[in-house]
Amino acid sequence: MSTSTGSAGTRRVNVAAARRRQALADGWKEFARNRAGLAGLIILLAVIALAAVIPLFAPASVLDVTQVTAGRNEPPSLANPLGTDPAGRSVLALLIWGARISLVVGFAATLVSMVIGTVMGMAAGHFTGVTQAVLMRLIDFFLVVPGLVLAIVLSSIIGPGIATIVVAIGVTSWAGTARLVRSQTLTVEARPYIERAWALGASDAHVIGRHVLPAVMPLVLANTTLTVGSAIIAESTLAFLGLGDPSSVSWGGMLKSALDTGAATGGYWWYVLPPGLAIVLVVLSFTLVGRALESVINPTLRGR
Amino acid sequence: MSNALSAADLVPGEPALDEPPRASSWLRYAALKAGGAVISLVMVVLLGFFAFRILPGDPVRSLAEGRRVSAEQMELLREQLGFNDPLLTQFLRYLADLAQGRLGYSYTYSEPVLNLILDRLGPTLLLTGTAALISVVLGLWLGQRAAWHRGSLFDKTQTGLALVFWSVPTFWLGLILLLVFGGGLHWFPTGGLVTAGTTATGLPLLWDVARHMVLPVVTMVAVVYAQYLMVMRASLLEEMTSDYLQTARAKGLREDLVRRRHAVPNALLPTVTLIFLTLGGLVGGAVTVETVFSWPGLGLLTFQALSAPDFPLLQGTFVVFSSIVIVMNFLADLLYRFLDPRLRAA
Repeated sequence: MSTSTGSAGTRRVNVAAARRRQALADGWKEFARNRAGLAGLIILLAVIALAAVIPLFAPASVLDVTQVTAGRNEPPSLANPLGTDPAGRSVLALLIWGARISLVVGFAATLVSMVIGTVMGMAAGHFTGVTQAVLMRLIDFFLVVPGLVLAIVLSSIIGPGIATIVVAIGVTSWAGTARLVRSQTLTVEARPYIERAWALGASDAHVIGRHVLPAVMPLVLANTTLTVGSAIIAESTLAFLGLGDPSSVSWGGMLKSALDTGAATGGYWWYVLPPGLAIVLVVLSFTLVGRALESVINPTLRGR
Repeated sequence: MSNALSAADLVPGEPALDEPPRASSWLRYAALKAGGAVISLVMVVLLGFFAFRILPGDPVRSLAEGRRVSAEQMELLREQLGFNDPLLTQFLRYLADLAQGRLGYSYTYSEPVLNLILDRLGPTLLLTGTAALISVVLGLWLGQRAAWHRGSLFDKTQTGLALVFWSVPTFWLGLILLLVFGGGLHWFPTGGLVTAGTTATGLPLLWDVARHMVLPVVTMVAVVYAQYLMVMRASLLEEMTSDYLQTARAKGLREDLVRRRHAVPNALLPTVTLIFLTLGGLVGGAVTVETVFSWPGLGLLTFQALSAPDFPLLQGTFVVFSSIVIVMNFLADLLYRFLDPRLRAA
């Protein structure tokens, strides 16, 4: 910190920065104390790393059904540690390639959901009168309406594909976040410093952007981690129902072809177990990280 | 709790001067909630119509996909299905039909959508109702036990197990059960509502249905109970810091009675709304579970409608599914008002 040369103004900024860094360090210490959360984080980083480097070890050509060398539905062996699928492709390669789609769709859908949820939640908490009434009805509607059925309707109309799934999940899953953000917005706006900002002539945009948004962000972040997990489940479900991109490999798509080709009733466990276990592992990791983050942000949850 | 309920019910309303009489406030509450439910229903109806007309994608082209259909035939189809009329005309016709209980005509089954849905409604209500009941009882019971013995081995295993089950995709668990019971053990039937070609009636028929229900119900319960467990656990933990429990202990109540008579009833209240809010998720689970186990319900019908694709049918299942969930949530709001003495007296 350049306290010796800086004016009073920059010094104040630097103090704020230092305090923020300190808060982050404290938060990390608190997070690291939660062993389950830490384990989840390590697993997630490992899966992401694996999905990132897979093209170096198993090029996309191993997914091409016209270039297979192994037989169909082969049980696990040294050459194919997890056996082969009904087209003769290595299940292990499919599994790791599938992680890319699942993770990308999970993150993208969550981003859509978070942006809609945060904006709607802040607006519903900040504004009053007709705007609030309309927004609340909208939030209530999306909270109650069966999300998967609506997502099915949306994606079957737009047509199958990755972008469709992202939109369908994002559009149907934001209401929970919006409700959370709204109640946090109400809490924040009841505080005296907001009154001070109003008294100084702040605009709606200023109050929302400079005061409310920073205050709700930590909550949104913890919620994001939990939402990625449900988004990955939703993605696999939609893909399982045949709404995914048929030309790309995903965990849900693998399970769909397992059902379609009778792998489950035929006893080909190596094609049914791995994709599902992968989903459970990744979703569970996101849940554990999310819960750990929550307890960092909300100290009353600690020790529970 | 039941004492408190009836006592408050019997006391005639003695409204304070600055408060409106209770009956009118109750009516106003019910009217407010009913209004909200009606708006949601209207939104479902609007969404059911406009999603299928405004979003990119041509129903007729999807219908003709993979079949040899000439441009003239497609045009004829469009004309027959009324897609060439102005949007407003189509919308008014849709509303008029809906008012008479007509949900359109299924392309694939050549049958009115309403008939198809009514046929499938029973099995779905049976499956989801049974699964919901079991998961609520199981989840709430395990949740309150885990919270009361917080930090114990029971708490840790149950919370851990719930988190794992919560991360399991419903349809995958179904596939696993299919793998175990369809491929290996043959303890339970793995598909359908009854054994194909059965002529059984009465008790043998009930027994047959019950056996067919085992695997789908187990699948749904395993995935759904976890959230009730977590909610109940959190709710009771919140209650456990309250002073009135200390009072109850101070007057010499056994620990068991403190839990059953004082803490749990209060902790149950907030779970009611949440239970009904999860109904939408239950319906989503029904779609995949019914698909995996070929259970002839609305969920399987939804799947068949989207695979065809049969848009009037899909629109119908969406409207019916959503309406059921909205009405149930409205009832939950009324129930909550009735269950919570504080709100009832207000």
